[in-house]
Amino acid sequence: MKELAGAFAKAAQLIITFDPQVLEVTFRTLRISLTSTIIAGLLCLPFAGIISFSNHSGKRAFISFIQTLYSLPTICVGLLVFILFSRSGPFGNAGILFTPSAMVIAQIILISPILLGLTISGLSSVDKPVKDTAVSLGASRAQVIWTVIKEARFSVISGITMGFGRAISEVGCAIIVGGNIKGFTRILTTSIALETQRGELELALALGIILLTMALIINLALSIVEEKSR
Amino acid sequence: MKNVLQMAISAAAVLAGIFPLACQPAGNRQRQDVPERRSVLRLATTTSLYDAGILDYLKVFFEKKYPVRLDIISCGTGIAIEYGKRGDVDILTLHDLELEEMFIKEKHGIRRQPFAYNYFLIVGPPEDPAGIKNLEPADAFAKIKSEAEKNPERIKFVSRGDNSGTYFRERAIWEKAGFDFRNIQKASRWHIETGRGMGSTLMMADEMLAYTLTDRGTFLAYKCHNLAPLCSEGSQLLNMYSAIAVNPKKHQRINYEMAEKFIEFLISEEGQRLIGEYRVSSSDQQIFIPVHKGTGK
Repeated sequence: MKELAGAFAKAAQLIITFDPQVLEVTFRTLRISLTSTIIAGLLCLPFAGIISFSNHSGKRAFISFIQTLYSLPTICVGLLVFILFSRSGPFGNAGILFTPSAMVIAQIILISPILLGLTISGLSSVDKPVKDTAVSLGASRAQVIWTVIKEARFSVISGITMGFGRAISEVGCAIIVGGNIKGFTRILTTSIALETQRGELELALALGIILLTMALIINLALSIVEEKSR
Repeated sequence: MKNVLQMAISAAAVLAGIFPLACQPAGNRQRQDVPERRSVLRLATTTSLYDAGILDYLKVFFEKKYPVRLDIISCGTGIAIEYGKRGDVDILTLHDLELEEMFIKEKHGIRRQPFAYNYFLIVGPPEDPAGIKNLEPADAFAKIKSEAEKNPERIKFVSRGDNSGTYFRERAIWEKAGFDFRNIQKASRWHIETGRGMGSTLMMADEMLAYTLTDRGTFLAYKCHNLAPLCSEGSQLLNMYSAIAVNPKKHQRINYEMAEKFIEFLISEEGQRLIGEYRVSSSDQQIFIPVHKGTGK
């Protein structure tokens, strides 16, 4: 158990001394995960709105499909993106395998089901009168969707938080699509995997603590946004 | 009430705007500093070589010499070969002669150059309950098997089980000792397959007080509390590392020019000296022996 105490001490030391390597990896992690969360959010929010308001017969089945994808193993997403963007794959000419861009794409695929699913269920929980009122005030379809999204903002924000959590903590995608290249595609989770493999258990745990600290800061920022809106 | 979502989105936009700017430390800035024509050389390597730290060490010297950025992807031997076949990397560093020769024979690679070697180690508890110290590797394996069958609770062997170069070597030693490897694999009471990398496998052997086969670099770099090297000699333990340039005719945009340069750098006087001088921080023992005698020590 002394490793745990050691890990906290090490994490504190790495943070206080602004260890340049750790700082670099941490910022890269945040940059990649935030980029993918934001893009996934921008794609999923309107889509969730459209699905939530449709009365299509396939809606139930589609939601079940989305919820099944919550269990998508990260390594499978990684493999999929790898096969697509490998030089022998259909998009090989893009030349983005083993770059942060490929990692962002993989993370978007990974977290979109969560964002979609949670937003859809958040939107459906909004009371029908809200919709009816909006319609009776002469709102267009897009305006109705926007009103309901505003009403459901807390579940939307918690969906985004969950999506970000999955993006920043996954290792399977990042290692196969990014390649864990030092100074280029190495992020916190892949460093943790590498340091564990090397037997540097304290350092690996310390990096985990740093990752959680980052997540805490982002979540606090989001909850402030939430708080202000009350 | 304020428009929350707009706030959230603008906050997100601000973050998205700030982060790409604020979070472009070393990696990206370095890349802006270097001249445009600096090309990228992608190297896929077996984990044991990377985990020993020597490639990151050689990278610094190589990048100083040539206008290139060396991207090192550390992965299992199996996937490294797959990357090579698909043209996703320009050069490989491996340590399994059979796989390397197959790769060349199938025309995926065009130049194979050994550049460093050391010996695999059979490690185990220092008390050595199976009594294998200083035996020939095949004899040691046979002894582990016969002793473990008598006492499978106390004597165990941990195997990588992951199609890595080290795993193939373990298999070859079992075959040399006259056993069918499939039967060994079935002996699950004392033969344990981890399916993991060398570091994790050593960690498990360390916890179980078991025997295992390891490369020297990982063993020295990793702090094993309960394991000692027991067998370190015999041609069966020779561990030769080679670089192979991926065939540029098979795929577009293979950086063959720099792959050649890297291979030449590895076997140059300077490269060979650096390889011989390399040490890990936890030990002052030499890890890799250069292939050209008389250069380095």
